[in-house]
Amino acid sequence: MTLAEKIYLPAIATGMAITIKHFFQKKVTIRYPEVKRYLGPVFRGRHVLKRDEQGRERCTACGLCAVACPAEAIQIVAEERKKGEEHLYREEKYAAIYEVNMLRCIFCGLCEEACPKQAVYLRHDEFVPVFTERDQVIWGKDLLTENMNNRYLRKAWTKEEAREQNLIEAKGEAAEFVPRAIP
Amino acid sequence: MELVPFIIKSIIILVIFGLTLLIAMYSTYGERKVAGFIQDRLGPDRAGPWGLLQPLADAGKMFFKEDFIPAQANKWLFIAGPCVAMLTALMASAVIPFGDTIIYDGVEVAVQAVEANVGILYIFGIVSLGVYGLMIGGWASNNKFSLLGAIRAASQNISYEVAMGMSIVAIIMISESLSIGDIVAQQHGGNWNIWYQPLGFIIFLTCAFAECNRTPFDLPECETELVGGYHTEYSSMKLGFYLFAEYINMFVSSAVISALYFGGYNYPGMDWVAGALTDAFGTVAGHNVATLIGTAVFFGKSLFGVFFYMWVRWTLPRFRYDQLMNLGWKALIPLAMFNIVVTGLAVIFIEPALTAMLK
Repeated sequence: MTLAEKIYLPAIATGMAITIKHFFQKKVTIRYPEVKRYLGPVFRGRHVLKRDEQGRERCTACGLCAVACPAEAIQIVAEERKKGEEHLYREEKYAAIYEVNMLRCIFCGLCEEACPKQAVYLRHDEFVPVFTERDQVIWGKDLLTENMNNRYLRKAWTKEEAREQNLIEAKGEAAEFVPRAIP
Repeated sequence: MELVPFIIKSIIILVIFGLTLLIAMYSTYGERKVAGFIQDRLGPDRAGPWGLLQPLADAGKMFFKEDFIPAQANKWLFIAGPCVAMLTALMASAVIPFGDTIIYDGVEVAVQAVEANVGILYIFGIVSLGVYGLMIGGWASNNKFSLLGAIRAASQNISYEVAMGMSIVAIIMISESLSIGDIVAQQHGGNWNIWYQPLGFIIFLTCAFAECNRTPFDLPECETELVGGYHTEYSSMKLGFYLFAEYINMFVSSAVISALYFGGYNYPGMDWVAGALTDAFGTVAGHNVATLIGTAVFFGKSLFGVFFYMWVRWTLPRFRYDQLMNLGWKALIPLAMFNIVVTGLAVIFIEPALTAMLK
């Protein structure tokens, strides 16, 4: 070792210069509850059972989501649509009970991919809220079906699309809802 | 003792005592803030604005935790350990001159708890007593890891005290006084000791780190080897007192460093400031205000010292134990002896020659 390495002080000085540089650098912390970062256009968050434009439930209780679910978190009971219920359900068969067990769900999004009717989505902009009681764990249709006043529109499927949509919105034009497949 | 100087002295002592505790309290907050900033984080910022109430929250938590004494521990010594640590940490600041003098009612009182003509020796005595706090606590816990930590603390402190004492000898040779008040007064006018004793300063600083059990010499509480070191068995406010004593030690040792090497309450241009203040407020008030500014400067220097401690802690890794002992005995002590010899030669031969030349 050279003398400079032996007396160790130059190395200490270099190290301390590095740490003081970091001391004055911009911090990377995001103060979470106050500031939320954008998680991307296809983040898989809170479940939603979609309605169509006339407010009818899209789900036809085929059970493909329940089959696709690797955690077996979804339970469906099907029912036949009666006369006079056409304004409630779009298909002739509907889910009388649609339950998601939030302790089992792993938010993989396979139900969303399996659904042939574009009825199940995992919102990219909302989380499943924290639950503290046992009876809050299993979510029924009351919590899952879409609220027509707070409709969920997925604006983009990739980051590039999201950027384009943001540019369009910045110009002041209305963004369009882009379904991945025709329902 | 007269009543007026007695009251002034009491007020000064109480204020310095309170300030020491306050600074130690906020050092815990500062440590975490500095650690955060150095690691590109924010540190505590939830309790109050910028997390300023964090020390209060910590203290509250500490007080409400279970105060546990192990069944096989020596109960009285177990309690005495943190008490001794806290006591010695607080006692050391008694002889440090925090400022010049305050004039009230024609009486001149130094901003210093006790003017002792053996000030440096007093500080060294008290600092060596500090080892007893750790040793008693570690032994009374009846735990192998605690005892190992305590033994490490004791041997480390004793080893580094030798080099520390020797680096001080050179300072004493220059100033020809053991009183810290005199040493600080002699550094008036930018005549700081660090210009004459750079090597001694580095040795003293290194030893101060070792004496305070701070990183890179915090082997007594090395988590990877010793769980928590000498305070493994401690909980609640007893643990709090040990940690608190460490921060008080940090503040006191940086106060000693700034008094011995950085001119204490002296700062560049202080004569001009004192003159301007005397012209503006009159002799007595001007002098007092100038003293207060000096005290503030002294606290500023000490606080920078505390920051330096933290800065080093979050930069350097811990030494291995044999490296620590090698550094202490084989590097610092010979260097300190060399420093004494060089200083002696300079005082005897070079200083008279220089004085003669300048005349």
